Amino acid sequence: MQPTQQVLIPEVIQQIPLNYYLIFSTALFVIGIIGVLTRRNAIIIFMSIELMLNAVNMLLIAFSSYKSDPTGQVFVFFIMAVAAAEVAVGLAIIVMIYRNTRSIDIGALNKLKW
Amino acid sequence: MLPIILLSVFGIALLFLGFAKSKAILLPATLLFIAIAFGASFVDWGKNYMYFNDMLLSTNLSIAFTAIVLLSAFMVVSLSSSFLEDESAQPAEYYAIMLFSLVGAIMMISFENLIMLFVGVEILSVAMYVLTGSDKRNLRSNEAALKYFLMGSFATGIMLFGLALLYGTSGSFVLSDLRSYVNGGVAYGSPLLLYMGLLLLLVGILFKVSAAPFHFWTPDVYEGAPTLFTAFMSTVVKTAGFAALLRLLSFSFTGIYSFWGVILMAVTVITLVVSNFTAVYQSSFKRMMAYSSISHAGYLLIALTAVGQQSKQALVFYSLAYSVATIAAFGVLLVVSRHQSGEGKPTDESYDAFNGLARQNPLLGFIMTVAMLSLAGIPLTAGFWGKFMVFTTAANRGIFWLLVVAVLMSAVSIYYYFRVIIAMYLRDGQTTAIRVAPFYRYVLIAATILTIVLGILPNLVRSLV
Repeated sequence: MQPTQQVLIPEVIQQIPLNYYLIFSTALFVIGIIGVLTRRNAIIIFMSIELMLNAVNMLLIAFSSYKSDPTGQVFVFFIMAVAAAEVAVGLAIIVMIYRNTRSIDIGALNKLKW
Repeated sequence: MLPIILLSVFGIALLFLGFAKSKAILLPATLLFIAIAFGASFVDWGKNYMYFNDMLLSTNLSIAFTAIVLLSAFMVVSLSSSFLEDESAQPAEYYAIMLFSLVGAIMMISFENLIMLFVGVEILSVAMYVLTGSDKRNLRSNEAALKYFLMGSFATGIMLFGLALLYGTSGSFVLSDLRSYVNGGVAYGSPLLLYMGLLLLLVGILFKVSAAPFHFWTPDVYEGAPTLFTAFMSTVVKTAGFAALLRLLSFSFTGIYSFWGVILMAVTVITLVVSNFTAVYQSSFKRMMAYSSISHAGYLLIALTAVGQQSKQALVFYSLAYSVATIAAFGVLLVVSRHQSGEGKPTDESYDAFNGLARQNPLLGFIMTVAMLSLAGIPLTAGFWGKFMVFTTAANRGIFWLLVVAVLMSAVSIYYYFRVIIAMYLRDGQTTAIRVAPFYRYVLIAATILTIVLGILPNLVRSLV
C-alpha cells in the first residue's frame, strides 16, 4: 500500500476521474435514502435499501481499483453475501406479514405506538 | 477465539438435536454449550493474540465483554423453559439462532478489521430480526420484526457507506492502519472523507445500540418481540455494540477526538433527556423497559465521551450490572405474564400486572425490587457502582455539565422504576401465589445475588480488567 503503486492503475480506469465515481455513488445512495423515507410499500423500501448497498459496492470497487488494493473488492463480496442473507430473512418477514394482513403497506402497521 | 468456532459448531449441532423426538434435551444442551464457550473464552486470558490473519484481536478487555455477553445469554436461555410447553414454538431453531447471534456479538467485540465489524453486526442483526418475528401468528410480533428489519438494514447501509469512505481516505480496513492515518500518516483522500466516514459509521452503530435520535425503533420492537428475546436483545446487542464503539473510538480515532467528542456529547444529552422523560409517561412495563434501555445507552455513552483508561473498566462494569438487572426484571415479567395467561386472563404487560405481587410472592417481589433499585442506581446494588464509575470518567475529563445532566436524569428515572415497586408492595391486586420452576428460580436468585455482591464488592470485577 504505497502511493507509488498509483502507476499500476490501468489507463482505462483512469479515463474517468475518481471524483466522478464518488459523486455517482453518493447520488445513488441518496436516491436509496429518499426511497426508504418516502415510499409506503415494504418491497419498494427493501429495493431502496438494496440500492444503498449497491452504491457502497460501487464506491468500494472504485476506491479499490484506484489504489490497486484488492481489500476493497473482497469487502464487496462480503457485502453481497450478507445482503443475500438479509434478503432471505427480509422477504420471509414480508411474506409472514402478507399472510396475516393481506397487505404489505407499512401504513397498515400501527399496532405499536407510544 | 475458541468461542467463535465452538458456538458455530454447537449451533449446527443444536439444529440436528431438534430432530430428536423429545425436546427436553434442548435446554440443558444449549446451557451446556454456552457454558463450554464461556470457559473456552478464558483460554486466551492475559495474552494479546491476533487470529484469522489479523482479523480479530483477543485482549483481556475483549474477553471480559465476551464473558458478559455469554453470561447474559446463559441467563436468558435458562429462562426459556416455556418454549418446551408451547406447541407452536421451535426451540431448536431459536436456540441455534441465539448461539449464532452470539458469534456475531463476539466478532463485534474483538474485531481488528472493519470487515469483521460489518460481518459481526450483520450476523447479530439478522439473527435478531428472525427472533423478533418468531411469534409468527402474532401481529405485534410481525410488525416489530418488519420495523426492526427495515430500520436495521437502513442503518447497515449508512454504516457501510461510512466504511467505504474511511477506506477511500485511509486505504485500509485495519484498525491500526486507520490509527496511524488519523495520527498523521499518508493520506490518499481529503480529510473530509474521513470525517464523513466516521460520522456515518457512528450513526450506524449508535442506531444498533439505540441511542437517541436513532432510537425510534426501540420501543416498538421491544414491545412487539416475545419478552424472552427482548431480554436477549436489550443485553447482548447493547453490550456488543458498546464494545465495538469502545474499540473503534479509543483505539483508532483518538487523534480526532475534537470531532467525534462533540457529536457523542450531543447524542448523550439527547439520549438521556428524551428517554427518561418519555419513560415517565409509559403505562406498559415493557415499553418502560425499552426507554430504560435507551437511557442506559446514554449513561454508557458518557464513558465513551470521556474516553480514557477508566472508561474500559466503567463500560465493562456498567454492562454487567445493567445486563444482570435487566434479565432479572424481564424474568419476573415473564413469570407473571405466563401466570396470567395460564389463568385464562388476557396478557397484561402494564404496571397493573404487578399490583399486589409481593404479598403472595415475596421472592419475586424482592427480585424485582433489587433489579429496579440497581437500574435506578441506588447504593448497595451493582447499578450504583456502574453509574459511579461512569460519572467518575466524566469528572476526570472535566465534563461537569454533562455530569449534572446525567445526575438530574437519573433522579427522574427513580420515578418510573419505583412505580413498579409501589405497584408490587402497596397496591391491591388479585395475584395468587405463582409457582416458579426450581431452576428458573435459582437463576433469578443468582442474578439478584450477583447484583447485591457487586454492589458491596465492586472491586471483584473492576480489578480484573
